[in-house]
Amino acid sequence: MAPGRTGGRRDITRFTVRVNRTEMSTDSPAERPLLEVLREDFGLTGTKYGCGEGQCRACTVLIDGRPEPSCLTPVSSAAGASVTTIEGLASDGDLTQVQRAFLEADAAQCGYCTAGMIVEATALLRRNPKPTRSEILDSMNPHLCRCCGYPNILRAVEMAARPEGDDA
Amino acid sequence: MPEGFRDDLFEPDRKELGEGPVYRFALDRREWVAAMGAGLLVTAAGEVALSAGAAVAEIPPSTRLHLGEDGSITVLTGKVEVGQGSRTEIAQAAAEELCVAPEDLRVILADTSVTPNDGSTAGSRTTPSTVPVVRRACAAARELLLRTAADSWDLDPTKLRVDAGSVAHADERVSYAHLARSSRLTSTGDDAVPRRVPLTKVGDWKVLGRSALKVRSREIVTGAHRYPSDIVRPDMLYGCVLRPPSYGAELMSVDLAPATRLDAVAVRDGEFVGFAAKTSHEARNAMKACSETARWQSGPHPSSEELGTLLKARAQTSGGGRRGPRRRESGDVTAALARGTNLAHSYEIPYVQHAPMEPRAAVAEWDDSRLTVWTGTQRPFGVRDHLAEAFRLRPEAVRVIVPDTGGGFGGKHTGEVAIEAARLAKAAGKPVSLRWTRAEEFVWAYFRPAAAFEVRAALNGTRIVAWDFTAYNPGTAAIETPYAIPHVRTQYFPCDAPLREGSYRGIGATGNNFAREVFMDELAAAAGVDPLEFRLENLADERMKAVLRAAADRFGWPGTESFGPGLGTGIAAGFEKGSYIAICAEVRTTGGRVEVERLVSAFECGAILNPRNVQAQVEGCVIQGLGAALTEEIRFEGGRLLNGSFSRYRVPRFQDVPPMETVLLDRTDIDSAGAGETPIIAVAPALANAVFAATGERQRSLPLRLPRA
Ligand code: FES
Ligand code: FES
Repeated sequence: MAPGRTGGRRDITRFTVRVNRTEMSTDSPAERPLLEVLREDFGLTGTKYGCGEGQCRACTVLIDGRPEPSCLTPVSSAAGASVTTIEGLASDGDLTQVQRAFLEADAAQCGYCTAGMIVEATALLRRNPKPTRSEILDSMNPHLCRCCGYPNILRAVEMAARPEGDDA
Repeated sequence: MPEGFRDDLFEPDRKELGEGPVYRFALDRREWVAAMGAGLLVTAAGEVALSAGAAVAEIPPSTRLHLGEDGSITVLTGKVEVGQGSRTEIAQAAAEELCVAPEDLRVILADTSVTPNDGSTAGSRTTPSTVPVVRRACAAARELLLRTAADSWDLDPTKLRVDAGSVAHADERVSYAHLARSSRLTSTGDDAVPRRVPLTKVGDWKVLGRSALKVRSREIVTGAHRYPSDIVRPDMLYGCVLRPPSYGAELMSVDLAPATRLDAVAVRDGEFVGFAAKTSHEARNAMKACSETARWQSGPHPSSEELGTLLKARAQTSGGGRRGPRRRESGDVTAALARGTNLAHSYEIPYVQHAPMEPRAAVAEWDDSRLTVWTGTQRPFGVRDHLAEAFRLRPEAVRVIVPDTGGGFGGKHTGEVAIEAARLAKAAGKPVSLRWTRAEEFVWAYFRPAAAFEVRAALNGTRIVAWDFTAYNPGTAAIETPYAIPHVRTQYFPCDAPLREGSYRGIGATGNNFAREVFMDELAAAAGVDPLEFRLENLADERMKAVLRAAADRFGWPGTESFGPGLGTGIAAGFEKGSYIAICAEVRTTGGRVEVERLVSAFECGAILNPRNVQAQVEGCVIQGLGAALTEEIRFEGGRLLNGSFSRYRVPRFQDVPPMETVLLDRTDIDSAGAGETPIIAVAPALANAVFAATGERQRSLPLRLPRA
């Protein structure tokens, strides 16, 4: 749907985003962070707030396949785009390879950073299915885990990149 | 002894024990059955969660176990899960004694209306205090079921076996659910479980002692788990709070009309000014509009630059009470110091912030004069009582539920966000979700205390003969030396501190052990002995020696390579809360900063309950310790933080993780202790000692800096 004015208040616009393969709309000020729209308007609370300034990446979602911090993405710039959140990865209850690897590697302590980590790792493995350790580190480094479970998270990403029986 | 000093046990840490636990129960038998359904209810008492010294009193139950007639098994305790693995460990403990799989039972944590009060989740007490009580409750249930089955078959209970949720004999088998319905089984009600129930022996463990997958990890990897910040209630609003521009600033006036014009709820109640609206964006806009009208008055506030002197100047040297100064002396320190070779140095540590990934959050909902709050806190019952006090309610009218929370590290003992959310919900007449921003979490949550230390010792050859340790403000955990020294004086002075302070991983032990273990290195150098040998020679505690040797062996102490300039290795050890840590570190200082090349940790906490989780806790704790050692330091001036954000307050990231190895010593002959705190206390001193080895200059304050070129 084309953006258009709605309602009484002048700064409110209707935005439509394709989230996890479903069209979703909201009437919102243009500058409102996508993170808040996902959580408060669409009920998708799997994406987390950690800093609101691009420093922790707990809020990472895929926008047209690219990992982006949703706290810094105004809803207006996501309008018309295709967004994937942590809730949209597994289909019909089947976990993705990355999700399974995070389970098996016990990569979550409190788990609050996990959604962002999994979304980032998913994007990395889609564009580079066999990343080296330093490529993994480069991609994951912007993500904070305050429980400092970094070793298990790295193990999870490496496991997802090299599933069993595949020692390439 | 000077007036005002008390010579009693230093434990538990003065910083940790903010308020004593209060024990109350919101549920009577009838309500209980209504909540859980009919079945067998077993109640077990434990020791006081945080016992103050020798006074271990009998307290009301800390664990309940419910075996439903439908076959459900539910364990209820007042502990919380903040990432340390309590939920999984409790499930393992119950599963072990009930002979079922951990997946076959449900663990309900920290809901003040159904779980018993188990104090706070702090001081690494879940493993040594809660787990044994859970095991006792479950073992008692198992014995009762066994006896009931034996009765009905008219057999000797010893002829029966228990497995997979049923009692069996030859080919016959009867399920727990069936037994729970049996008229022969009389509910034990709230009677305490006898203490003498046989627990499964370590050698027979099938679930404990083995790695268990984290309970609920599936919900975490799919984004389904609801943290406190994710709780949504019908018709809920989102809130925010107007904060003062600086510490100590007082609100003179504010105009709330702009908020009302924006359709937001606005409330001022004393110093509290808050807003609620349909979205957090609208609430923030209302707050911004009003904050422009706010007038504040602020006074002077010190700077972090002067912390060391400030703390000493503001030391509380007299006065008693639980939070007063402490002193303990054995032998004659003054005389012994006069006889040996003396060495004396001062140390300092700054304020650090826990910065858990999930900032404080709460959802509050009123139903007439009953209040329900979902919030992330390590003290559910303490927060319930604070809420009751703040709103003049009976504690029974308040229900606090703690969903598994996004990190704590000792930083979430308080309930300010719960009270704020409840105040907003009351004004709005609707549920309100309040989530602190990262900036609020940095500025308005409490800090790990800053501290200063003065240490003096006398050597006779390679033996320490006198030890005089004075600590200003760190807290008292691990303040007493674990080394075998004939004359020891330990003094602790709390200070009138410039920032709000509270618990942290290891709390006082972080500073006390930093000062002690760096000083031990200085003494070793003065004695002309290898720092490992020096420690071993001055230790009597075999467990501490064992972790030192284990770390040194794995590391190849003192490091195999011939050191080039700018490379050095260091070692440190520590004991706290029933567990032992030793760390060897190698650093490089040529790059203009301290780079950690390698870390080896050896840790021992008695019998290991869940090896994978212990390993993860030790690793995470050590890496978090790298931050406090190398980069973390809260700076402030004029009542404002100068670095209250992740862009200015540097915490460890992926690329900061050095190659590291963890050696776990499993002492199945020793009762289990917690693992989430102690590892942190040896990180900073090991690195400081390595920096000395690399540069020849001592670093006596944190975070570590390199000597100026
Ligand atoms: S919340 Fe978006 S980067 Fe931290
Ligand atoms: S698991 Fe707690 S922040 Fe990463």
